Amino acid sequence: MKTKKILAKGIEAIALGALEAGCKCYFGYPITPQNEIPELMARELPKRGGVFLQAESELAAINMVLGACATGIRAMTSSSSPGISLMCEAFSYIAALELPAVVVNVMRGGPGLGGIEASQGDYFQAVKGSGHGDFHFMVLAPYNAQEAYEFTAKAFEFAEKYRNPVMILSDAILGQMKEPLVLKKLRIKKYNKNNWALTGAKNRPSRFIRSLFLSSQELKGKNLKLAKKYKKMEKDIIYESLVNDEDKVIVVAFGSIARIAKDACLNLRKKGYPVGFFRPITLFPFPVKPIQELIKNAKNSLKFVVPELNCGQMVEDVKLAVNGKASVIPLPYPPSVIPFPEELEKEIKKCLSSLSSRKA
Amino acid sequence: MKIELIISGFGGQGVLFAGNLIVLSAMREGYQVTYLPVYGPEMRGGTCNCTVIISENEIASPLISKPSFLIIMNYPSFVKFVPTLKKGGTAIINSDLVKPENIENLDTLKKKHKLYFVPVTSLAESLNTPLLANLCVVGAFYEITKIFNKKNFKKALKEMLGNTKAHLFEPNLKAFELGANYIKNNYK
Repeated sequence: MKTKKILAKGIEAIALGALEAGCKCYFGYPITPQNEIPELMARELPKRGGVFLQAESELAAINMVLGACATGIRAMTSSSSPGISLMCEAFSYIAALELPAVVVNVMRGGPGLGGIEASQGDYFQAVKGSGHGDFHFMVLAPYNAQEAYEFTAKAFEFAEKYRNPVMILSDAILGQMKEPLVLKKLRIKKYNKNNWALTGAKNRPSRFIRSLFLSSQELKGKNLKLAKKYKKMEKDIIYESLVNDEDKVIVVAFGSIARIAKDACLNLRKKGYPVGFFRPITLFPFPVKPIQELIKNAKNSLKFVVPELNCGQMVEDVKLAVNGKASVIPLPYPPSVIPFPEELEKEIKKCLSSLSSRKA
Repeated sequence: MKIELIISGFGGQGVLFAGNLIVLSAMREGYQVTYLPVYGPEMRGGTCNCTVIISENEIASPLISKPSFLIIMNYPSFVKFVPTLKKGGTAIINSDLVKPENIENLDTLKKKHKLYFVPVTSLAESLNTPLLANLCVVGAFYEITKIFNKKNFKKALKEMLGNTKAHLFEPNLKAFELGANYIKNNYK
């Protein structure tokens, strides 16, 4: 098997992953810090018989993705926080139409235009509120270039498997930093689309897809169907766990800050502190059961410490997962104050020695 | 083995290119690497830096608070980063823009760290390629650390220049050799 090792930015890895999965259409509108994705797609897609189109706005771009996905073709868009907000209306329609779209959000600071530095301020938006109505993205959060490549490719498979939009949640640090990337061949499963895709009604009865359900029974059914689908997604929960049963503190982090947290945890472990590290990779569905398993297996009462590049968002999902059976301590770092591993180490040590633990 | 390197200078001095080149050469040598540029509204003439980590093991955090190696291309970078250098760390300093005689606590610094003063700006100018001061400094870095071999460096340089700038390979290599030789002749 031929593999090639290159030095790539995180966002280039995302684009390469999409190409590896056979993405045929890219529609987007420029915004820092994700412009290398459209740059690479503009160069590569036409060569592969695909379409690259820079739309007149984010709204146009995401609706083009909607249209392309409705025909069963693999299509994607990418943007950064303010651009993603503009797309939210269409996300809701895509979810209602059950289209397998892939959306990349390379998060920057917010709210408003914010700044262009790394942030994880869009966690809530990604997992809970990316549009009106009762729907969810499946959300994947890679934390290095290799994962960005592999999970973006995998996103196309998940999108088709569940007929649901999938979001890749990255940020400015992961996007802009360069790392080795092994371009290996990936096996991305294809799912049958013949029973729903709009491909022209030649030799078959015509069909259409819609998101308007005026009959209340029908609308209820639609919502229940979606809810069932989200439940089913829990089979594909992905996470990384470096936890021993003797650990007293478990640090839970995702994306770029997970790298810093991992360094801090491994350093503390080397010094003999009972500290574990847990990284959710699917943010929706959230790895609730794995966290509950950790509590069940723990020999001590546990404290969960949740550092984030925001004022405390994922910590709420950790609290829901923990369900009162351990204490949960937020470590918020709003944009532009990204901590060094040593600082985080100090904070984690403080949590270890503080008396705030409580038994359920 | 782990090198935690910060390269800092004016925008336009090729700081990011140098970082990229070092990282790619080290990757071709088989090391784990990360390269993180400062990411803001940077501009020519403003300050600019990048963080490079080269390690035998997996690298988690791409950020470091205390570098073990510094490449300092201008005075503002000297003021900002030298106090963060690890004890026993190494620094290559552009002596054209940071004159050793103007450094107040030079003796204490020399006791704590290993300092190499290299006039990279004038070295590059001596080749009539003032923009290649960055390659001189990469040459100096190579000669001091020998973290990658010359073959891998050349491969990396070719890869970075691509087809459109392939004609710049020779001048770049010359500047690299000049920087390496300066260390050989003055510090070894």
